[in-house]
Amino acid sequence: MTYKTDLPVMMPVTPHAPEPFLALKPQHAALIAIVCILVATVAFASEGGGKETPFTVLINWAPLLLQGFIFNLVISILAMALGTLSGALLGLGQISPARSISASSWFVTQFFRNAPWLVLLFFAMFLLPFELLIFGLKIPFPDWFKAILGLSLPVMANVSEIVRGAVRSLPSGQWEAAESLAYTRRQTLWLIILPQCVKRMLPPWMNLYSILTMATVLASIVGVSEVMTLTGRALSAEGGRPELLAPFYGFVLLLFFIYCYPIARFTVWLEKKFAVIN
Amino acid sequence: MSWTPADPMVSIKNVHKAFGDLKVLNGVSLDVMKGDVICIIGPSGSGKSTLIRCVNALNDIQQGSILVEGQEVNDPDLDKLELRKKVGMVFQQYNLFPHKTALQNVMMAPVRVLKRGKAEAEMQARELLAKVRLQGKEDAYPGELSGGQQQRVAIARSLAMKPDVILFDEVTAALDPETVGEVLQTIKDLAEDGMTCILVTHEMGFAREVADHIYFTDGGLIVEHGPPSAFFDSATDPRTKEFLSKIL
Repeated sequence: MTYKTDLPVMMPVTPHAPEPFLALKPQHAALIAIVCILVATVAFASEGGGKETPFTVLINWAPLLLQGFIFNLVISILAMALGTLSGALLGLGQISPARSISASSWFVTQFFRNAPWLVLLFFAMFLLPFELLIFGLKIPFPDWFKAILGLSLPVMANVSEIVRGAVRSLPSGQWEAAESLAYTRRQTLWLIILPQCVKRMLPPWMNLYSILTMATVLASIVGVSEVMTLTGRALSAEGGRPELLAPFYGFVLLLFFIYCYPIARFTVWLEKKFAVIN
Repeated sequence: MSWTPADPMVSIKNVHKAFGDLKVLNGVSLDVMKGDVICIIGPSGSGKSTLIRCVNALNDIQQGSILVEGQEVNDPDLDKLELRKKVGMVFQQYNLFPHKTALQNVMMAPVRVLKRGKAEAEMQARELLAKVRLQGKEDAYPGELSGGQQQRVAIARSLAMKPDVILFDEVTAALDPETVGEVLQTIKDLAEDGMTCILVTHEMGFAREVADHIYFTDGGLIVEHGPPSAFFDSATDPRTKEFLSKIL
């Protein structure tokens, strides 16, 4: 319903979608990558010599680098799955009415949320054994598996906060209405509170996944054969030619951008969509 | 328990309640008989809402006694679920579950809490929605309904639990003026059906028409009470007079 008035009134504010950083669009990324490669090629060409151009070298190595990148994605998906599962439990612990459970869940969450990811990764790498003996069965713990565990720790802590925040963001009237209808606390949580939280949690959860994906390159520091490790190896195999650095690392940047940017766009879209419904 | 329908359905005696240092209720007593409709009126902050929230144990009390059908509410061993099956509540902000349709809002508690059959609960829910004049809105989500419609779904949701008494906490205060009437009509229908109702309200005309008894609270006390005609026409306490002169 609209009222007509001559008085100056505040019109309802329609929230603008936040502009992506620097308003970059996918075509910009492609442009940047092409420029990087061209500059390197030209720099190389001006140097002369009968060696292969950096571009053709990159083409030769691209399949291997792509394999490495897919390994990064596998690490990110498994770490996210593990972190989400444990983080959801920890988050539910944080809102538990039992003081001991909520306090300890809070402590664990804060501890892992305020720790550098790389340090957690190192801890996982060097504290976990390389194999586990269970009932005389040797279960190997390869480095990549330890990396997944190490990366899932900060994810767990952040998911825990996302769950707690979403539950707290619901109006208390929802709890009271459920209480006055004689729902148990467990029923209230699972039938009424959590279903409403899912869409509130989705955007920050996807944001976290983007960050995690980009953080998987940390695993190169602890020797996992992911895309950064392979890029380094490829570069040294080519004799450490400096003109190869820009195209190779530019290629890696491009891979991450192509993967993460759509996720960021989708998150913004989801946020807008849910903002309308709420 | 030795409670019989001849005893007060809700018996509040000398109830004290404070939030921290803020004393909200300072010894309130009142009785509600089965089938009674009572209205609690009074200035903001006089403890009206707190009082009825104590009746279904949404708020606890520090001192005094609240008996609902003979069951003591001020008891650490109270079975709150059993109490709340007997005492329904409707809120100012409706508090419908926004992810469920009107029908689901109404039938969910009977199915999940009272463990009734789904088909039976759905039939009852449809009847109740018809009773509050919302046929055709069964599949609407709360966000698609007007405030008055949402509040009527909330009343149906409360009725679905077949409570013995319903608490109404300023249920028209958040509504557009043109939808207040439809909600009041719904409550009036309930009152005529013999439902025991405790209302906190600012609708004086409605209180006068529907209530069997009116309580006026100020400063956490019941200052004056009586049947509507006596209360509105010949109030004696100066605080009541002042309040009525402002609001009428």
